[in-house]
Amino acid sequence: MANHYYNSEDLGKFGNIGEYQKPLADKFFDYYGEVFKTSALTEKEKSLIALAVAHALQCPYCIDAYSADAYEKGYSKQQMMEAVHVAAAIKGGAVLVHGVQMMNKVNEIAM
Amino acid sequence: MIKSLKVLNHNLANADNQLAVLQNELNGQPFFSNKIATFGYTGLQATGIEVFQVNVGKMCNQVCKHCHVDAGPDRKEMMTLETMQLCLVAIQNPTIKTVDLTGGAPELNPNFRWFVQEIKKLGKHVIVRCNLTIILANKKFNDLPEFFKLYEVEVVSSLPSFTPDRTNSQRGDGVFEDSITALKMLNAVGYGVQNSGLILNLVYNPAGAFLPPSQSALQAEYKTELFKNYGISFNNLFSITNMPISRYLDYLLVSGNYLKYMDKLIAAFNPSAIDNVMCRNTISISWDGFLYDCDFNQMLDLKVNPTASQHLSEFNIQLLNTRNIVLKQHCYGCTAGAGSSCGGAVAG
Ligand code: SF4
Ligand code: SF4
Repeated sequence: MANHYYNSEDLGKFGNIGEYQKPLADKFFDYYGEVFKTSALTEKEKSLIALAVAHALQCPYCIDAYSADAYEKGYSKQQMMEAVHVAAAIKGGAVLVHGVQMMNKVNEIAM
Repeated sequence: MIKSLKVLNHNLANADNQLAVLQNELNGQPFFSNKIATFGYTGLQATGIEVFQVNVGKMCNQVCKHCHVDAGPDRKEMMTLETMQLCLVAIQNPTIKTVDLTGGAPELNPNFRWFVQEIKKLGKHVIVRCNLTIILANKKFNDLPEFFKLYEVEVVSSLPSFTPDRTNSQRGDGVFEDSITALKMLNAVGYGVQNSGLILNLVYNPAGAFLPPSQSALQAEYKTELFKNYGISFNNLFSITNMPISRYLDYLLVSGNYLKYMDKLIAAFNPSAIDNVMCRNTISISWDGFLYDCDFNQMLDLKVNPTASQHLSEFNIQLLNTRNIVLKQHCYGCTAGAGSSCGGAVAG
């Protein structure tokens, strides 16, 4: 089998991180479980947010998990792609808005 | 139009070949019977027969991709009047409260209406699994909503999504639009309308290789969306897990999802669903009068335990009431997550 830094089977082994440090893993997974429960936002809405964040972080495990989860929860392909565009727009915007910082610096030193 | 596996002479049209795929203990998948044994169940016994489910024929006007019956316009198997008469004798047993008519499209059986009338004369509750589009398929079916109303039939209909894309990808082009029209016709005679007493339940099943989400969240969403967009109301939404049988099994194998799907079903195994699987209070009858623990076993040609009676002509409710149920790997579909039955989720 080809050796990759990222293996899709590793997603299913996420829980194993507790083998090296159980108390912290338990705290994390409890927190994670609590975060995704329906409260002020529904589980479904949270899934779409997770999908967008997963793309912004470009985490292949999270993209795998939340593409399936968001689709299973009933989002359409178009809605999911729009969520990815939101992530892209924020990421692109975050780069571009720093252009102001660049302009500030250049204006400071330019004659 | 897509052809049935049977007419295509497909390998999976044969129940033995399906069972051979399912019984492979590939990937370390435990056998269902061993799995439930770890929770103290040495097999599973019926608790009685309250629901008498009759498959009156495999002919259908639709050819849904996930159909575990492998139904379609090219299927000719149809229950005869004589077999219906045998059903009517069996149904007289007082423990049987509900007669659940399924197919194919049950309305395509030429004796369907007569059968409903006769069952009602026996004072039983009747459920018809109506695929909705049949109401529009031919003029002679346009009055089905009035017919159902007259006999106070409970209507249970599939609608895998409140949007067209998923419905049509699973059930065929234009099915969503026709289903919406049919639902409006059912609403117009009072079905699904508050306090009318006429019950219209919808069924959700996933359009793909995944498990259904929470039934209650989905029901709330369906109610809001169908009412907002189309003015449609209904009673309950049942979320049903797709069974790895027949055309859905074929889809899983061809798309490379089979093992992953079985892993999902097994990972979602919920022991609290075991006691409520539908075979415990149901008997399923095939178009030719044989007896099965459920519609899924029927499609896998797994007749009831031979120590109970196996055909309507020898129907023995005492033996059937306590029969041991025939369990195979597809049973994981009934115990995954919140469980699944013809009446939706079975565990909280
Ligand atoms: S799922 Fe129902 S409507 Fe679709 S082909 Fe099968 S019997 Fe017909
Ligand atoms: S598939 Fe049939 S026999 Fe198996 S658990 Fe489900 S209802 Fe019972």
